Amino acid sequence: MSRPERQQDQGSPGRTGRGRRWTLLRVVGKQEPESRREDVVPPAGYDGQVPDSLETPPEPAAAHEPKGAIAVLRRGVRESPELRAGFGYTLALALVVAAARVLLPIMIQQVIDRGINGPNGFDATFVIAMTVAVGILTIVLYFAARGAYRRLVRASETALFGLRVKTFEHIHELSIGAQNAEKRGAFVARVTADVDILGQFMEWGAVSWFTSPAVMVGAAIGMLFYSWQLTLIALFFVAPLLLVLRVLQRGMLAAYDRVRSRVGDMLTEFSESLMGAAVVRSYGMEERTNARVKDSIHRRYRAELYGNRYQATIFTVADLFGAMSMAAVVVVGALFGVRWGLSLGDLVAFLFLITVFINPLSELSETFDFTQQAIAGWRKVLGVLDLPVDVVEPAPGIPLPTGALEVRAEGLEFGYQDGSGLVLRGIDVEIPAGAHIAVVGETGCGKTTFAKLLCRMADPTCGRIVVDGIDLRQVAPPSRRTAIRMVPQDGFLFDTTIRDNVKYGREGATDQDVISSFRSLGLDDWVASIPDGLDTAVGERGESLSVGERQLVALARAQMASPGLLILDEATSAVDPETERMVGEALERLSAGRTTVTIAHRLSTAEAADSVLVFDRGRIVERGTHDELLRKGGTYARLYRSWLGNTRADLEEERAG
Amino acid sequence: MSADQDTETKNERRSATRQGFRLIGKYIRMHPGPFTIAVAGSSVYALMTVLSAVVLGRVTDKVLTPAFNGGVSAGTAWAGAIAIMAVAVIRAGGIVTRRYFAGMTWARVCATLRIRIVDRYQELPLAYHRSHPTGELMAHSEADVMGATDMLHPLPYSCAVVMLIVFALVALILTDPFMAIIGIALLPGLTILNRIYMRRVEDPARRAQERIGDVSAVAHESIDGALVVKTLGREHSEVERMSERASRLRDERIRMGWLRAAFEPAFEAIPNLGIVILVGVGAWRVSTGAISEGTLVQFISLFLLLAFPMRLIGFLLSDMPRAVVSWDRLQEVFDEPVALAAPSKEQDLPAGALGVSARDVTFTYPDAGTPVLDGLTFEVRPNESVAVVGPTGSGKSTLVTLLDRLMDPDSGALLLGGVDLRDVAADSLRRDVAVVFQESFLFASTIRENIALGLDVSDAEIRDATRLARAHDFVMSLPSGYDTVLGERGVTLSGGQRQRIAIARALVRKPRLMIMDDATSAVDPTVEAAILDGLREELATTLVIVAYRVSTIALADRVLYLDGGRIVAEGTHQELLSHPDYEAMVRAYERGAA
Repeated sequence: MSRPERQQDQGSPGRTGRGRRWTLLRVVGKQEPESRREDVVPPAGYDGQVPDSLETPPEPAAAHEPKGAIAVLRRGVRESPELRAGFGYTLALALVVAAARVLLPIMIQQVIDRGINGPNGFDATFVIAMTVAVGILTIVLYFAARGAYRRLVRASETALFGLRVKTFEHIHELSIGAQNAEKRGAFVARVTADVDILGQFMEWGAVSWFTSPAVMVGAAIGMLFYSWQLTLIALFFVAPLLLVLRVLQRGMLAAYDRVRSRVGDMLTEFSESLMGAAVVRSYGMEERTNARVKDSIHRRYRAELYGNRYQATIFTVADLFGAMSMAAVVVVGALFGVRWGLSLGDLVAFLFLITVFINPLSELSETFDFTQQAIAGWRKVLGVLDLPVDVVEPAPGIPLPTGALEVRAEGLEFGYQDGSGLVLRGIDVEIPAGAHIAVVGETGCGKTTFAKLLCRMADPTCGRIVVDGIDLRQVAPPSRRTAIRMVPQDGFLFDTTIRDNVKYGREGATDQDVISSFRSLGLDDWVASIPDGLDTAVGERGESLSVGERQLVALARAQMASPGLLILDEATSAVDPETERMVGEALERLSAGRTTVTIAHRLSTAEAADSVLVFDRGRIVERGTHDELLRKGGTYARLYRSWLGNTRADLEEERAG
Repeated sequence: MSADQDTETKNERRSATRQGFRLIGKYIRMHPGPFTIAVAGSSVYALMTVLSAVVLGRVTDKVLTPAFNGGVSAGTAWAGAIAIMAVAVIRAGGIVTRRYFAGMTWARVCATLRIRIVDRYQELPLAYHRSHPTGELMAHSEADVMGATDMLHPLPYSCAVVMLIVFALVALILTDPFMAIIGIALLPGLTILNRIYMRRVEDPARRAQERIGDVSAVAHESIDGALVVKTLGREHSEVERMSERASRLRDERIRMGWLRAAFEPAFEAIPNLGIVILVGVGAWRVSTGAISEGTLVQFISLFLLLAFPMRLIGFLLSDMPRAVVSWDRLQEVFDEPVALAAPSKEQDLPAGALGVSARDVTFTYPDAGTPVLDGLTFEVRPNESVAVVGPTGSGKSTLVTLLDRLMDPDSGALLLGGVDLRDVAADSLRRDVAVVFQESFLFASTIRENIALGLDVSDAEIRDATRLARAHDFVMSLPSGYDTVLGERGVTLSGGQRQRIAIARALVRKPRLMIMDDATSAVDPTVEAAILDGLREELATTLVIVAYRVSTIALADRVLYLDGGRIVAEGTHQELLSHPDYEAMVRAYERGAA
């Protein structure tokens, strides 16, 4: 007999025995926090914001046909050549495992036939020799397996490390158009959860794809060696098992798909009831909401129970088929064994080999689902690497002069490749050096895209941007980065000190530069007022600082580069009056003597600008000074009136009165 | 590690084990039926497993050995085969029963816990929800429930293993005490080895998990901040940063892998060595006639059957600390005090628009040191419209929440139409007071349902409300009008549209006190004015508006200026402009708005 329970509760050999449970948990959606975050889609009421739909990029994956597992494998190995070495070690490991498992039945046969029932009865020397030899061999095989496994781990971890870093690097090489906000979560998942699951797969699942067939082949060879007739009989009973396993496997996958979606439903209900807790209570909907959440819990429970039926049976069938096969071999072996020239030892060994042969089958059926997930993850990672780098930097390129820059946009058009239409069209603008330009328009009008094109976060589909007479595409990247500087509204900072964040503004900047940067913006008092001064840690994304303070640091960082063209994306969120004043003053100093293009959310900024560009649905519909535009009574005048009504009508009245 | 620390961790582990077993007891009491069946299945499995080895030994002696020493009758051969099959079928039945009912026990316990959590969340005051991030509350229902119940999976199997070992030892001793000693000496080695492995791998595993967190942090930060990374041209240093963290993860995982490489093959090699010894010694025993060949086969078979369970026996114990930690987190939720008392008098509110008065109201959030509202006192007359204005953190939103009795003040009282809020019948309160919250939360359902929210209202009433909220026109322009489904798979509305739906939701209830918590911030000012005017004309209601926009503030009859949790000034907007702080704040609003 055998150890069928082994597979039932352990899974593949490499998983510290927790395989089955681990799979179950994974299946029902308890994954890496990363991937879970992606799964849990916040319900309708979650955010108060509407995505800037015109600036939503296409699905980059759309361009790539789903590839078969083999194609993914081939492409994956090309991307990570270290895996080739890994294959070799895996193969070696498989052979060692197979050898170790087939070894024992053979030894038992030898001892029974030649040690106990030998021609001269009990042969003590033979038994001792055999015991010592097989004992030593087992130990040797142990060390061989250990060595192969170690090298496999090293090879696959090295490969994954390379893949992770490469993908990360590629993501940064993509233009900002390709890595828009909605894509970002997915990109993060590519370099975290997807690569991690691939790693687990390579060290566990992938290994059983090698070892299981190797063990089965080894056992089959052993069986054939003893008796081809019995082998046929044994296989005859095992063959239907393959079919049954396949059917159960499919049923189980479908059942767990359902569990996953029920888990998703339940989480949605939960989060809706929690995020809407105030509304639920205030409007007396407690019972209704409660009933809905409970219903989702029950439906999940039922789906789990249904999936559980497969869990309960799938690993038991192999056991039954194994027993059937053994029973048949016992009958046939007992009745025809002598005629076929078999010995008692042969038959006993054969019975043990049947178990050795069958065990890997259930192991594989368990690995199947895992493999599919890993391949899917791999496909996604490779999909990122397949995205073309759309902004190709010139080498070395032409440097830009220092001082205020003159900018021209000629026949600019921009659209994403998914055919969703143009985000910008027919943009012709001339901005003289030192001019302060405000860009206004409603959300989604294309003003942000325009700003991104100006600092070459993406290249226009059509037309060109010329800075000081040089096509932006030919400008040397280092020069472009210092001469043209965008200050995004959210004031994103890196998780380090204020000092380091400002230093990032220019390569090779010193502490003194940081101090003078703050001073030149009139912010030295502010710096002095923070307890840790420049050494204050700003936290993740700078979130330990207030929005206004983040903006101040971002401005100082921009000042470091002393750019000739400043692109300012104005903040929308309100800041406390004192910080607001500091931001205003710092901005004024920062933009003095520089060409500035401000994406204005406040029309007071537009009022102060030399010229205003009014965007609407991807076009510039009006341009001119504030006063001119106001007189014209068009889009701008409407925007302005609305803004005016919003904020100051009453104050003006007060003052007038 | 010092000896002290060592005992300390040992004690911790022991107490975790004790708590773990107590927890198991709790779960079993929740659903004793399926658990009992699972354990019964386990015993069948254990008994049949031992029996299968015995049968194989008997078959060897009665069928196979005679077959090679003069032949055996077909009947005997068939009898052997039937015995093997019979044991296998019963055993399979045991396994299926155990697995199915173990799974059921687990799923039921999870469902029970989740339902308790839902009920709990419902009972807890809103202050609890406000002071805990949604993600944390969600984690209780998912990750913590999973963590606390994980150990239910191996539980019936562990019971089976214990039985299996007992049965097997009995069988071994009964057949041949001499060989049994070898088995008894070898098998616990696997348990010990597994414990060593689990302990050794614990640290690297934890560190690897931390490294994964590091990698993920860099990925998040760097990809979120891609725009800045690009503007600053810091791609290379970001890649370096990632590379450094990823390489530390790689090293940790290789370390883990090496441990696994050392132990995993050992778990296979050690039982094999044991069998080699058994075969050697057994052969000698057979030759002396002490045992039969069948007995030897039986021994080998039993040994193989036991090797894996011996290894598994420690799993349940090693799962316990995590389960206990998760359970403790759940227990905290269950232990949280329910603050809101049911109304003692169940009074209805008087007819007509409702006046509001606050008398020395104080409120402090749990876990917060300073009170948000500190001796707040004011009066709002019926039909009046009042703007509540104040800097961030002055307690405006808290006041709104108290006015709707989503929380109760710590001291002082809020009166609605002269009735203490704590004495107002819940139905009356929900019907007559409507709040429009700062975040216009919409459910993933149709617009109609989002407005009605379970209230039995006619389409005409809904239309009246949306007209008043200036939402009807845009709703009609949506693909399915009022039946348009909102949410991730449906239509997304703009901020202003969402707010107007939320206002309609309040209006359809014809409230006698309407509270708007910055509920029109995304609505165009002219539209806002139209909404508020319409509201005052067509509804007999008192209006309390928390506002940031000057245009909104100016629409109110009177302004309450809130700062530091109390009213510092009140009067008309014009009157208050003479208050320097008020003026400065309003100016800041003016600059901030657009």
